[in-house]
Amino acid sequence: MHKNLKRYFPVFALPTCAAFAMAFLIPFVMGIYLSFTKFTTVTNAQWVGVQNYITAFTADNNFINALWFTVKFTVVSVISVNVIAFFLAMLLTRPMKGTNLFRSVFFMPNLIGGIVLGYIWNLLINGILSYYGVDITYSAKYGFWGLVVMMNWQLIGYMMVIYIAGIQNIPGDLMEAASIDGAGPVKTLFKITIPMVMPSITICTFLTLTNSFKLFDQNLALTAGAPGRQTQMLALDIYNTFYGKIGWQGVGQAKAVVFFIIVAVIAFLQLYLTGKKEVEQ
Amino acid sequence: MTKTKQKGLRALKFLFLLLLAILFLVPILLVFMNSFKSKFYIIGSPFSLPNSETFAGIENYIKGLSSSGFFAAFGRSVFITVFSVLLIVVCTAMTAWFIVRVKGKFTKLLYYLFVFSMIVPFQMVMFTMTYIVNAISFNNPIGIVFVYLGFGAGLSVFMLTGFIKSVPLEIEEAATIDGCNPLQTFFLVVFPILKPTAITVAILNAMWIWNDYLLPYLILGTGQKTVPVAIQIAMQGAYGSVDWGGFMAMLVLAIIPIIVFYISCQKYIIKGVVAGAVKG
Repeated sequence: MHKNLKRYFPVFALPTCAAFAMAFLIPFVMGIYLSFTKFTTVTNAQWVGVQNYITAFTADNNFINALWFTVKFTVVSVISVNVIAFFLAMLLTRPMKGTNLFRSVFFMPNLIGGIVLGYIWNLLINGILSYYGVDITYSAKYGFWGLVVMMNWQLIGYMMVIYIAGIQNIPGDLMEAASIDGAGPVKTLFKITIPMVMPSITICTFLTLTNSFKLFDQNLALTAGAPGRQTQMLALDIYNTFYGKIGWQGVGQAKAVVFFIIVAVIAFLQLYLTGKKEVEQ
Repeated sequence: MTKTKQKGLRALKFLFLLLLAILFLVPILLVFMNSFKSKFYIIGSPFSLPNSETFAGIENYIKGLSSSGFFAAFGRSVFITVFSVLLIVVCTAMTAWFIVRVKGKFTKLLYYLFVFSMIVPFQMVMFTMTYIVNAISFNNPIGIVFVYLGFGAGLSVFMLTGFIKSVPLEIEEAATIDGCNPLQTFFLVVFPILKPTAITVAILNAMWIWNDYLLPYLILGTGQKTVPVAIQIAMQGAYGSVDWGGFMAMLVLAIIPIIVFYISCQKYIIKGVVAGAVKG
């Protein structure tokens, strides 16, 4: 079958492959190489070994601080988003008046882009803080919690929809059996609902984790790292290293490689760890 | 007794959800409200309703937008989003079919490269990608469409190959026996079957491209702004003299297409986004 399909490679696969090579594959390979060089315009790269990686961690605390800030933000966001989204999904699984409208409203913020989202919350948070005579750049604490609240606003509805689908997939007779055996609502939740929606929990944790960790637009629009660089997350720090200081492009590229490795490790670890807890159906 | 208790509990639940829904809408309503206030009354008191003194009508929309080139940015964003999505759907569907039907080491490698690209953060390739795109003069609204094809290929090929594997081979064989060449087989037989997944792929890419900031900023710069770039520039480039009225109007105009799009095909969007999550 389709013996001559191979000959159609230029028609079927070449446009995508060429665009993919231009946008991703070649830049990726070049990026790895350039992280070991000193350069300003790609063409004038000089091999410096692992010097860029050392500089990234030792020249200043920016990278370490950004990493620490990102980790804290990610942990708080993953927990808060998933707990609230799961709770809302429990409330909205059984049909009642307005269920669909509620779902629609909660889901909507997810569609708004990061830059717009950041400025909406900038207005709101600064409006509240102005009663106390300060703004969001006054303290890193405000920036941190501002980012967390914004992330919750954006992602709760999205995760809620995934949880609702998971909860609705639980066979009704399982719930019935539990209630006949005398399990209360709390026991049902922990012994049946949560184990049965483990696949959804895996997906949602994974999604919130990578979304929070790679956050850029919202960070730029809400605080842009202020005060100082205290609320700067990893992606923004890499961006500022690339385009903020001349001669630091190699260091920026080295930071980007470290960033990529962390994201890849998280992705695999997460899938491996939670994958084991899934209940076979 | 228990019945009234249950009723009360349900009412409480409804009230709680209603309050939360209002809370969810407040940020968006706040921007809408402020876009009708005079620019001096926004930043200091964003929560006060417009009154006879602060109400500015649609002045913000007219003045703020015409001065910042926002309408051109809007048109550019529409152009880039529409053509990128069309190109992505057609090209990646063809590629995905090719990968599934031509089994071999090369197509397997291609598939894994596409999947791999999904976990790589944009910062990893942004500098070198910008360099290459500039070097081959793709740094214009038409060239960026191809850049989006490259970045959108990962998720799109991944989702489409997953679906194509479930398409029975017999249908295609029948088409071949009837004298269709691969192109005819694809467009007349396979592509119509792919429609549900193609819609999902289109929605996911449309949302991402419409909202994307960093890629168009790096490639097109501030000379050819898209909507997110125009918003960021209006804020960043003004150094303290931000026209808050015009800025609010910009935010509203950036949100409206998304809300209209959402209301008009909500079912597809929620389904598509969830499908993208489950598979991605």
